Amino acid sequence: MSTPQDTPPMGRHHAPESPTAAGPRAGNGTGTALVRLINAGKRYGAVIALQDITMEVSAGEVTCVLGDNGAGKSTLIKIIAGLHQPSSGVYEVDGEPVSFNSPREALDHGIATVYQDLAVVPLMPVWRNFFLGNEIKKGPRIDIPAMKTMCKDELLAMGIDLRDVDQPIGTLSGGERQCVAISRAVHFGAKVLILDEPTAALGVKQSGVVLKYIIQARERGLGVVFITHNPHHAYPVGDRFLLLNRGTSIGYFEKSQITRDELTGLMAGGAELEQLSHELEGAGGAAAEIGAVLGEEVAELGIADRPAPAAAPATESDAR
Amino acid sequence: MAQTAQAPVAPPPRADERLGRKSPVARMLARPEAGAIAGAIVIYIFFFIIAPPFRNASSFSSVLYVTSTYGLMATPVALLMIGGEFDLSAGVAVTSSALTASLFMYEFTTVAWVGVLVALAVSLFIGFLNGWIVIKTGIPSFLVTLGTFFMLQGLNIALTQTITNQVSSPDISTLQGFSSSRVVFSGSFTVGGVNIRTSVLYWIVFVIIATWILLRTHIGNWIFAVGGHAPSARAVGVPVGRMKIGLFMAVGFMAWFTGMHTLFLFNTIQAGQGIGNEFVYIIAAVVGGCLLTGGYGSAVGAGIGALIFGMVNQGIVYAGWNPDWFQFFVGLLLLGAILLNTYIRRRAEAAI
Repeated sequence: MSTPQDTPPMGRHHAPESPTAAGPRAGNGTGTALVRLINAGKRYGAVIALQDITMEVSAGEVTCVLGDNGAGKSTLIKIIAGLHQPSSGVYEVDGEPVSFNSPREALDHGIATVYQDLAVVPLMPVWRNFFLGNEIKKGPRIDIPAMKTMCKDELLAMGIDLRDVDQPIGTLSGGERQCVAISRAVHFGAKVLILDEPTAALGVKQSGVVLKYIIQARERGLGVVFITHNPHHAYPVGDRFLLLNRGTSIGYFEKSQITRDELTGLMAGGAELEQLSHELEGAGGAAAEIGAVLGEEVAELGIADRPAPAAAPATESDAR
Repeated sequence: MAQTAQAPVAPPPRADERLGRKSPVARMLARPEAGAIAGAIVIYIFFFIIAPPFRNASSFSSVLYVTSTYGLMATPVALLMIGGEFDLSAGVAVTSSALTASLFMYEFTTVAWVGVLVALAVSLFIGFLNGWIVIKTGIPSFLVTLGTFFMLQGLNIALTQTITNQVSSPDISTLQGFSSSRVVFSGSFTVGGVNIRTSVLYWIVFVIIATWILLRTHIGNWIFAVGGHAPSARAVGVPVGRMKIGLFMAVGFMAWFTGMHTLFLFNTIQAGQGIGNEFVYIIAAVVGGCLLTGGYGSAVGAGIGALIFGMVNQGIVYAGWNPDWFQFFVGLLLLGAILLNTYIRRRAEAAI
């Protein structure tokens, strides 16, 4: 959770015009977003965890939420997933304002969240995990053969070929578990998938596999909210990018409005890095050398002299 | 959890070349109760050899009877443990239930059945209270039920003394409805010259019901899930609180059933009895393959754990040893079972 500090990061305050800067949607003519937050905020007592967030995701789209630790990503997920209600602003599903009291209600609206811990029970077999909470029943009993077959087929459809759906899910690799969790959400009729740092704990190859499933989910017409701190994972799959820092939005872009390097620069927090490099240079010795190298990198990325990011979208689209 | 072992899968699913064929023995060994079955066989053979009276059918009937008195309670305690919680008050709760029934029916001179029903309500309420406090406060059930354990123990003795001026409940055998209650709760029958108590049958029936619930119903799926990883279960919509409270109430129900059995067998109840039995139930469940941390285990395993108890308990007597050895064996069994369980869990969670 973000802890508000006495000095707000300079120039990082979200300007109200920023969401509109993302512009009206081109193409994808459905019009209404599946999920939309308008100026949503969340307070925990005196702590402002999230402030003035506006974002949306439509069918067949991936909206990436980027931010460092404590930027407010988890709070945002909890609001969308129905664990928390926003303390200010509006939460709309299919254009209707909603107020969820539990994740179950969000789920009933087709909003499924795949958490970092994946909501799987490690010691239980894959198929029992897959159908947990949604068991297929035959009278008072559960239909075990049907569930096993369906689980295997559904995983196969997502391109996951499991040796044995009877093995405890804890014996699968991190990427495989992630994919089981995603295909489970898809199978149970999710319209919107919220993925909480699905690639955070994975190696390069496994991350690639998960990114592939994100694209697959998008192509099946789902809206995906992809939370990550890695711009290299976000950029290839994302259609929109919401950048968070200390609980506020520092930019909301369409893919056409931003390049990967700019996204990386914003994520790295160019101005803060520059300041850090000055401090290190001032310290002398080895620290000064590191500071100099850091300074060069900041200059290379072209993020040091950026105008306040709130104004950035306009500048960027002009440049293009 | 090798549910495949007993799943009657009609058409064999497409064979996967990456799966080696598992021999029936290997499948058997993968089950939670595997260790307990092996242990039970070894202990049976051991006493069969060294204690000649152990070989009689009538002796084995009394082994089964002792087993059933532990096994009835070990069954819901195992379910509760799979669901990730403990109940240390389970031992004295049996006595509380029996005392409630006998004091109520005696003091108000009601038909025995009225006391029985009052005791059922009280037992379910104690279970509910245990579960409710655990869920509402988030305090580990070990501590909550340690508290209720002492409270019930105190209440049992203090209330009994206040009401009867004795440390045991009055004889209820003259009350109306006593004989019919005895037939239901503490009956016996004879097969081939061997007297068998109905509690043995009840025990087997309850183990079958519990196993069916665990492996064949969605409730069972949810029990494994709330014990294995409650946040995950909650995230997919399993009512974790209600499940756990329900499991505590199942323990309450069986405490009532066991209490009624004891009451109608002996007509009177010592207010101080039952202390220490909670550990016997928990140990039976652990010996039977239940993990102390929840999410893994079986009702059949707990039954076999109870059988091991019954055999050791009676075997020592038949072998003519000092009964004090019983405690030593119990500790040894527990240690062995925990070592085995730890090994199994490490294997099952290898990738985590």
